[in-house]
Amino acid sequence: MRALVASAACLALCTVVLGLAYPALVTGFAQIAFPHQANGSLLVRDGSVVGSSLAAQAFASPRYFHPRPSATQPAYDAAATAFSNLGPTNPALARLIARNAQAILRLERPYNPGLTIHDIPVDAVVPSGSGIDPDISPAYAELQARRVAAVRHLPLATVERLIAKSTVGRSLGFFGEPGVNVLELNLALDAEHHG
Amino acid sequence: MIAQGAAQIVVYGVVLLALSYPLGLWMARVYGRQRADPLERAFLRLLGRDAAADQDWKRYASSLLCFELVCSMFLYGLLRLQGHLFLNPDGLPAVPWQIALNTTASFVTNTNWQFYGGETTMSYLSQMAGLAVQNFVSAGVGMAVLAAVVRGVARRAGGTVALGNFWRDLYRSVAYILLPLSLVLAVILLSQGVPQTFRGRVTATTLEGRSQQIARGPVASQVAIKQLGTNGGGFYNANSAVPFENPTGLSNVCEMLALLLIPFAQIVMFGRLANARRHAWVIYAVCVTIVAVGVGIAYPAEQHGSSVLRHSGVNLAAGSGQSGGNMTDKEVRFGIADTALWATATTDVSNGAVNGGLDAFTPLGGAVPLVNMFLGEVEPGGVGSGLYGMIFLILIAVFVAGLMVGRTPEWLGKKVEAREMKLAALGALFVPTLVLVLTAAAVASPAGRASIFNPGAHGFTEALYAYTSQANNNGSAFAGYGATTFSATLGTVALYLGRFVPLLAALALGGSLAAKKTVPVSAGTFRTDGATFGVLLLGVIVLTAGLLILPALTLGPIAEGLRG
Repeated sequence: MRALVASAACLALCTVVLGLAYPALVTGFAQIAFPHQANGSLLVRDGSVVGSSLAAQAFASPRYFHPRPSATQPAYDAAATAFSNLGPTNPALARLIARNAQAILRLERPYNPGLTIHDIPVDAVVPSGSGIDPDISPAYAELQARRVAAVRHLPLATVERLIAKSTVGRSLGFFGEPGVNVLELNLALDAEHHG
Repeated sequence: MIAQGAAQIVVYGVVLLALSYPLGLWMARVYGRQRADPLERAFLRLLGRDAAADQDWKRYASSLLCFELVCSMFLYGLLRLQGHLFLNPDGLPAVPWQIALNTTASFVTNTNWQFYGGETTMSYLSQMAGLAVQNFVSAGVGMAVLAAVVRGVARRAGGTVALGNFWRDLYRSVAYILLPLSLVLAVILLSQGVPQTFRGRVTATTLEGRSQQIARGPVASQVAIKQLGTNGGGFYNANSAVPFENPTGLSNVCEMLALLLIPFAQIVMFGRLANARRHAWVIYAVCVTIVAVGVGIAYPAEQHGSSVLRHSGVNLAAGSGQSGGNMTDKEVRFGIADTALWATATTDVSNGAVNGGLDAFTPLGGAVPLVNMFLGEVEPGGVGSGLYGMIFLILIAVFVAGLMVGRTPEWLGKKVEAREMKLAALGALFVPTLVLVLTAAAVASPAGRASIFNPGAHGFTEALYAYTSQANNNGSAFAGYGATTFSATLGTVALYLGRFVPLLAALALGGSLAAKKTVPVSAGTFRTDGATFGVLLLGVIVLTAGLLILPALTLGPIAEGLRG
């Protein structure tokens, strides 16, 4: 009985200190020191939230760069993240890759004559881990650049400059892999167009 | 790109060593100190009369079990009632009873298996006051048990049966180790972009005019302890693959360091407290070896990609513009090297957080985390539980050596006799046996097979992985394996038995060793502080669990790998 009372007291104390005070303290600090990040790295255009730089969103128009495939239901749901969980030898994975690759070839070939499946980087055709991977590989951005430049009547060099600007390098130049943030890139494109 | 990946792995190892050593020294001081600070005294007074008294292993265990019972009841109640409580801005309903039961067992046992969906299931109150509290205290319980066992080993005089005090050890684990480290990691994560707010979801209108919901919440505070306490349960369903949990290469390396930091540090701590520093370095080296072999297999396997990917014709080559390889369920900012390293590290300890989907790993790459867990989560294993699990195997190694030279085996001056060997064998063999029995039940019954997602041999691996992960208190998953009433209940059995049978065996062992007098080292004593013992220990680890899983491996990853 005495042990039960001690256990209950201990848990109550832990719940108050670790479960409420600790996250409240971190939240207070975060809202003062890193308000933008703490609220979800939201991107605002003309006064309304258009997304987060940490979440991919759906793009279908050829005017925009497209993100990696997503396995969330529906795709790019940033409130229900999910792996695809497709096993490495699952025939459904083979079909998905073929379908995605064909779609990319149809979309990009008019602007990249001679484009074959061997030119498509792997991240373009397989689902990302979170389903909302905000980045694409620099190779996939390069592949899409000609289309976006042509559709928007922009010089290729301008588009490539914007890609470079939206490329997130390795942290401290060393950790992780470089990627191109699709939403930031598309926002920059729209701004370039208007300006 | 490959050289860059390998360099990242090596630098990671060096930084880990550099951080775990001073932390180990600090931990030795924390648990070795006689005097209590004023807060500790106040805490113990609050718990009642006698709460600060020295405990033998049975009293230590009964305090612990009583605490876990209360934690289980509270957490289950909280998850069931969350719909009626505060801090629930997105109006999430009660967690279904099967999921609540499994999740309760999962968090109380320091496992954090996710049959729940994170942002789609748990209110902020459940995440903070329910799950994160267990993240702290379940880790603290493991560390407390280790401290008690090590005290038993370190008692020179013999004759005493006291192992310390459970409440005191729990307090010190949380107040001096877990909470300060979590605050530091939380601040680093915030700076990298991890959210921390009590406000609910945002609805964005995308550039093409669609509506997108973005989940956020008190994420940084939760992710910090989830990484440090070998917990692993994500705020989001897709865990640390989600940019909100792990936004950059820097956040990723810090989270990976947090995975292994305390488990490696506690080996250093053990060497100090048991006055067996060279012996501890041998254990440290054995663990580093297993980690290195694991990542040495997983990284090339994932870079090589699966047969489906290679036959598809797309470009898998690592180059300046992409990391290539098997990018299925992996994130661009981590690429192959950091995802393979993470998968290895998270299963060498009993963490189970992931930064990419393991179900989509290649057969060989996915076998690495599976085997890592099956080795018993001792290399270096969970906070606390890893090293007391390793002690079982050390005793078996010492016993084997004793048989070879025909002497009564000794470990750190204590004679190892029948009772100790029975406890060590129970501790080392119970969980692998449990895994095989539960996996058999899960694949032999239609109700169990309903959870399997992928076809063929891979589907068997999903089931094997699920019970290996839960019984070894890891929590990572081949996440296609679905939650049903059957699998959630079977998992609950795996979680509780897998946690408490070895834990009680360890405490009993500590009590038994505490009572023994230390015998002086003689010329005939088998030395446990050199390379010979390291090789022997490695062999015992591989043979004890490795032989048990080999038949199951042939049905799963090996069959799948041979097919394609």
